[in-house]
Amino acid sequence: MSVNYGSKRIVVGAHYGLRDWLSQRITGGLMALFTIILLAQLIFTRGPIGYDLWAGIFAAQWMKVLTFSVIAALLYHVWVGMRDVWMDYIQPVGIRLALQIFTIVWLVGCAGWAIQVLWKI
Amino acid sequence: MTELATPPRPPRREFRNINAFTDLTTYRLPPAGIVSILHRVSGILMFLLLPFIIWMFDTSLSSDYSFARFKAAFNSGLGFVPGWFIKLVALALIWAYLHHFIAGLRHLWMDVSHAAVTKEFGHTSAMVTLALSILLTLVLGAKLFGLY
Repeated sequence: MSVNYGSKRIVVGAHYGLRDWLSQRITGGLMALFTIILLAQLIFTRGPIGYDLWAGIFAAQWMKVLTFSVIAALLYHVWVGMRDVWMDYIQPVGIRLALQIFTIVWLVGCAGWAIQVLWKI
Repeated sequence: MTELATPPRPPRREFRNINAFTDLTTYRLPPAGIVSILHRVSGILMFLLLPFIIWMFDTSLSSDYSFARFKAAFNSGLGFVPGWFIKLVALALIWAYLHHFIAGLRHLWMDVSHAAVTKEFGHTSAMVTLALSILLTLVLGAKLFGLY
């Protein structure tokens, strides 16, 4: 195998590179883009923001697809972030594992709820 | 016996693991450090309030009727929780989102620009992050509490 460490590391390899550092940036960027798109739709509108306008934004199929990918991005972004927090501050293995399991259940549950809401509209 | 080339230096204070109770009061954190720890605090806050965020997403979108309930929660409260408290939690979320958003963009900018990775830029961009997030929180908070 050729040199694959330091600056020569292949960032698209398995189990390193893309996984945590880069994926947290990409998911963060996607959520930032979503924020700007949603804000633009609210700002460039006339009159008070009522139910019809608000629900109308999420009724469009492209907005549903975008919001779905943002929910998935959020799930992964928060998983990496919270796992980092537990690894930094919680040293006992048992407690750390319990908190990581709690994080996964919490996040998957919340993502499921959000996706269900999205397809109710 | 060989003699030391340089005389031993007087012992300097070492900070390895800082103690939250004895060191935090004297530990000087630069603005970039404040932004960094607040990035964590805001992230954890949003993680814990995720069910509240999705509750807002749910009630504001599900139907005309639930939208009215969503608005009423902020004005006249929900169950035993008063409206001002819900507004206060929403304000905390507004700050957390703004801080995390701006500090995140600062991270992305430092990742793509070598010029941004200097002590000076780290300092000024941290100050801008803190000022902008607090200013926008105040502006949106005034709107939330009906000051304009």
